Amino acid sequence: MSTHNDSYGAAWLAALTDHAEPLAGYPASVRVIDAELGHRAARYIAVVPDSQARFPRARAGEVGLAEGWALARALHDAVEADESAAHKRVIVAVVDVPSQAYGRTEEAYGLHQALAAAAEGTIRARRAGHPVVTLIAGKAMSGGFLAHGYQANRLVALSGEGVQVHAMGKQAAARITQRSVEGVEQLAREITPMAYDIDSYERLGLLHARLDIAPTASDDAKAVERVRQALADAVADIGDTRDLSARIGQGERTATAAVRQRLAEVWAG
Amino acid sequence: MQTLSFDYPAGPPAARRALAGVVGSGDLEVLLEPGDSGRTTVAIATSVDGVDEIWRAVIDRIFADDGLPALKVEINDFGATPAVVRLRIAQAMEQTSPEARHD
Amino acid sequence: MTDVAALLQRQSFVELPARSRCQHLLDDADQRELLGPFERLTSPWLPKQNIVTQSDDGVVIMRGTLGDTKVVIAAVEPAFQGGSMGEVGGAKIAGALACALADAENGDPVVPILLLETGGVRLQEANCGLAAIAEIHDMIVALREHGPVIGVITGPVGCFGGMSIAAGLCSELIVTREARLGLNGPQVIEQEAGVDEFDSRDRPMIWSLLGGEQRVATGLAEALVGDDVAAIRDLLARHVTASPKPLARTTDIARFEALLETVAPTERATARTTRDAFAQTTGAA
Repeated sequence: MSTHNDSYGAAWLAALTDHAEPLAGYPASVRVIDAELGHRAARYIAVVPDSQARFPRARAGEVGLAEGWALARALHDAVEADESAAHKRVIVAVVDVPSQAYGRTEEAYGLHQALAAAAEGTIRARRAGHPVVTLIAGKAMSGGFLAHGYQANRLVALSGEGVQVHAMGKQAAARITQRSVEGVEQLAREITPMAYDIDSYERLGLLHARLDIAPTASDDAKAVERVRQALADAVADIGDTRDLSARIGQGERTATAAVRQRLAEVWAG
Repeated sequence: MQTLSFDYPAGPPAARRALAGVVGSGDLEVLLEPGDSGRTTVAIATSVDGVDEIWRAVIDRIFADDGLPALKVEINDFGATPAVVRLRIAQAMEQTSPEARHD
Repeated sequence: MTDVAALLQRQSFVELPARSRCQHLLDDADQRELLGPFERLTSPWLPKQNIVTQSDDGVVIMRGTLGDTKVVIAAVEPAFQGGSMGEVGGAKIAGALACALADAENGDPVVPILLLETGGVRLQEANCGLAAIAEIHDMIVALREHGPVIGVITGPVGCFGGMSIAAGLCSELIVTREARLGLNGPQVIEQEAGVDEFDSRDRPMIWSLLGGEQRVATGLAEALVGDDVAAIRDLLARHVTASPKPLARTTDIARFEALLETVAPTERATARTTRDAFAQTTGAA
């Protein structure tokens, strides 16, 4: 097993698990490590770059077909193994995903379905009583984030350059919205949900915690300890809850709160 | 985007509210609601800038007749031609008349 | 001659706007739109970008019955902003599903029907759309414990982005030949991977791989239906009474991983090779 870590996700996964060996039986791009968080059993999962990956359009850390189904399996197996356990293991998703894979083969063989299976894996784990925490350690982009990390009970993020959440890369966003890249950047400065930076994302009320720690700090023992503590705090905060209610309608998502409240009023008629 | 507003003398308030169209390419959405007695107001948001005079002409021709019921008109336009504007307003107005099926 | 007559009598579903789609699918009595256009819950983000809003933000939520079954339809308006999911429209769908879930947990199920004519996240509201879509995913999976959650894709937009994942989570997926279902829209793939990988103007290729017929043939959708209001309504009426059951499309992981082993990743996928691979490993087609 190489100790070379070529993404923030790989580096933080290794740091948080004291460089434990990933479980066998997964593609090299999906690292699954059973370790601890606090004194509780935890399954850590990260999607990482693999320059030799079978599918060429998913070699830079994207969530592709193989990654989607492997994520689904890692989650499904954890739920099954803990089915009758009193304390179900924590799931920690370490996220640094530049995007989903873009390719013809990917679409033909149902990449949307692979990502649905991965998202469902986390949803089922959370709803079965596994506390699920996501560490956004780099990019959390689009379908990649929907498949890996977004379904956690709590989202915890590092800060600064390189930590980003968005629905689409700037180039593609510019083309699809018929704007220049500069135009997209300008709007991102003015419209909170259009921004790529994590500070703007935090204003949408979706984060449980944002740590003033750079993604490059994974070799700093104090930083790693602070991240561990933050993840453990998030698990404590989850308690027995199993839904996403803690982050719905917070921050600048005031329209979300208004719509939800109005719907609850008129639903029964 | 540009916003425009017009108002016209009118009769008693319209019987009910109505909706026609969608904010799709070359189309528009028209929302009609009963207005204050004696006055129709028209508020337009359009994706096309600089065509105020065309809008005024189209809207004048429809609402300048002060025998019409009073309406609060909202238009959200995505580049509709005057013909489509007239069609959508007519479709909506037909639904506000007292004989129209209530839905 | 009778075929032509039947064709002429057909009412197109694809050509209907979202609100009419709901009205045509539900029984005439007791239709009730929630958060309709006159409540004016519009996008707070589009006017800041000088973009005209629509009074329902492009999503119609309508309750009613289909036969003896209580249903709620969430319909995306394909003509408004490409059927994209903004904060308000996304919250309308997620919120309606949350209400349906609360009812189901209280023993009073309401079957959700999602009309998924959508390009996915509305990029002008990017992170708000993405968050809402995650919340929709969660609700679909939770609701499936109680009964069917039915997705319908008919065209003209197709179903892409995060909402294609929502489609993949539905317990039954109904599609037409005109429908397309895929994670990335053709333009986005071409932008990111180049025209050699994916030519967004090659319509026959796109429909052969992402079209409704192919998705049914490979088991990624359950039923193919014509562009006909009555046929879609009849099919839905049969599906809304289905019992909850595990969904092979998301839980039969071993079958899909076996399928991937048979794929030659650098060979250009065609409709035929894809169907053959699915047929050999998953028993579909």
